Amino acid sequence: MNTDDRDLPLIKGLVGGPLGPSTADVDRLRARLAERADAEGLLDVAYRIVDSPFGALLVATTTDGLVRVAFEREVHDTVLANLASKISPRILPSDRRTDDIASQLDEYFAGNRRSFDVPLDLRLVVGFRRTVLCHLREIAYGTTESYVTVATAAGNPKAMRAVGSACSHNPIPFVIPCHRVVRSDGSIGQYLGGPEVKAALLALEAAT
Amino acid sequence: MKPFDQVVAEHGVIVWQVCRAVLDPADADDAWSETFLAAMRGYPNLRPDSNVRAWLVTIAHSKAIDQTRRIDRAPRPMERAAETPSTDGNPEPVDEDLRAALEKLPPKQRQAVIYHHIAGLSYAEVGALIDSSEAAARRSSADGIANLRRSYVRGTKR
Repeated sequence: MNTDDRDLPLIKGLVGGPLGPSTADVDRLRARLAERADAEGLLDVAYRIVDSPFGALLVATTTDGLVRVAFEREVHDTVLANLASKISPRILPSDRRTDDIASQLDEYFAGNRRSFDVPLDLRLVVGFRRTVLCHLREIAYGTTESYVTVATAAGNPKAMRAVGSACSHNPIPFVIPCHRVVRSDGSIGQYLGGPEVKAALLALEAAT
Repeated sequence: MKPFDQVVAEHGVIVWQVCRAVLDPADADDAWSETFLAAMRGYPNLRPDSNVRAWLVTIAHSKAIDQTRRIDRAPRPMERAAETPSTDGNPEPVDEDLRAALEKLPPKQRQAVIYHHIAGLSYAEVGALIDSSEAAARRSSADGIANLRRSYVRGTKR
């Protein structure tokens, strides 16, 4: 005899009619889990998805500060998997831990903010690339520098290619303004989010 | 190692079902949170080849049992209405008599029933969790169901 079929009504009685919680219940439970994990110091990486004029952005923070802003084309699940292996697998979505950067990005895209005021966690970048990114933070809103200028400022005038590579691997675009680095001939150059995004950002900054 | 968020998304429902098997919805919520907090604490040290679902089910079952003990210790406003069963035709989502019967099962039978029938683990996985062979796990589950059926039928007024 097939006991499993015969027992099904009995088993269903154990967990209620629909065999489990609703999606809304699970969402509520996940939000509460993130709060408690944060309070107990277990939430190593908190993230949220932010809507922007350039598509959905993933923003991730550690307890040290903002560690990652990722474009949709980078595939957010892949980005989270990388954060899990490079920082910690203790990752949950959390609005509270990402509120500051989310609202500052909104203001920036609306033309109402010229610089970001959040702590940064640069642990994903080392060596020369890190030197380059630290210099990029000094390029003012609405201005640009050439790859050569940045290479010189970072201590190696011949390292234009390395500067380009540092820009294209910038883990915190917008906030670290790699979009303000352009070619010496005035053309716009490459951008991880797409050259059209870079052009739009420069236009936004020139207009405000 | 997967982001913990993904573990919650994949196994959140099963964990809730395991908790709900011995608890009210509100208490199942608490046990669910306790389960994932404990899991999050240990997750970075979990061996890469571990069966994550089976690991979570074990934690969930033990947190749920902890929760029933906490509830038993807490003062109650009134005794459960077991002596005066409802006579209307609408059963509770979870039948109280059935749940009481589940809690009275010998531990191995109770675990085998929950792990296999509610959490959906195979008998081989159940066996590994309760320290039995696959065949013994199957037998524990069948015995558990038989006992449930007996006490449940005896306990209900139909």
